[in-house]
Amino acid sequence: MPATDTPLPQHQIDRHLVWVGFRQMVPIAVFVMMFGAAFGLAAMQSGLDPAWIVSMSTLVFAGAAQFATLDLWGPQVPILALALTVFAVNARHLLMGATLYPWLRHLPPAQRYGVMVVASDANWALAMQAFGRGQPGLGVLLGGGLALWSFWVLGTLLGTQVGDLIADGRPWGLDMVMGCFLLAMVVSGQKNLRMLVIWLVAAGASLVAYRHLPENSHVVAGALAGGLLGMTWKEQPHER
Amino acid sequence: MSVESQGWGPLLIVAIMAVVTLATRWGGVFVMSFVPIGHRVSQFIAAMSGSVLVALLAPLAMEGDGGARLALATTAVVMLVLRKPLPAIAAGIMAAAVFRQLGV
Repeated sequence: MPATDTPLPQHQIDRHLVWVGFRQMVPIAVFVMMFGAAFGLAAMQSGLDPAWIVSMSTLVFAGAAQFATLDLWGPQVPILALALTVFAVNARHLLMGATLYPWLRHLPPAQRYGVMVVASDANWALAMQAFGRGQPGLGVLLGGGLALWSFWVLGTLLGTQVGDLIADGRPWGLDMVMGCFLLAMVVSGQKNLRMLVIWLVAAGASLVAYRHLPENSHVVAGALAGGLLGMTWKEQPHER
Repeated sequence: MSVESQGWGPLLIVAIMAVVTLATRWGGVFVMSFVPIGHRVSQFIAAMSGSVLVALLAPLAMEGDGGARLALATTAVVMLVLRKPLPAIAAGIMAAAVFRQLGV
């Protein structure tokens, strides 16, 4: 916490604030490292090369999307399904950017888009908390993001080393790492009747598409069905 | 259109994933600098974020073996009770392992 009497402008970002943000995120980043290890392990089970797995974590840095696309890896990887799946899973970043805009707009464009490169769920949440308390939040967005990113990559690397030792993970349930991870992400989200119905519609649309439409269309079909229902079905006023 | 997952194919795949993800990180800020994102659009995005994961999981649960279903059910229950993802994922994997080791 900077010990100044005059409050800093909330869009303030400097080396000190970034370092404070980095340290603030380390306890959470340790867990992210374990998720990274789980991803490395799951990706090895899907037959990906360790070098590509670590490159993916380094350049993409989006856990749920990386897990979600493991399903598509085979001798041939369908490009359109891959891009649409990544977009749908990561579309929540659009909302993060939009909610951060009131503070980001004070920065020059290079910095504005620079800090967004490492925007992720945990550092976005901490940044919004800081803004809510009237404190500068962009330091924790960048510093926290760098912490999450480095621990994610390190965890992935560790996971590929462990995964190398297990030739067939299926008897040990390791083929379920991806499914259990994604389900845990779903359950940790907003839970109410409206969301439950949206998920049921998404699941139904996915299964219909899985059986009757071309291969790999089920993810996009379910995402669109759920999204359209969410758009037309207004939330109750008390939830706002 | 598909790409081989051998040779340099994965480079293209990782590049596409990275570019699409970066577009989502930048897109919200970029659009907001012209026009505010409306309520309906944000409701669509919020509903889609969970739905895409559910859509991915549905066939996994329907077509999977007993071990797969037990793993997902265990993860869901532990997650609802403890609200912590790591124990929930670990419990799910262990459930599948036990189920398959017993050869049910």
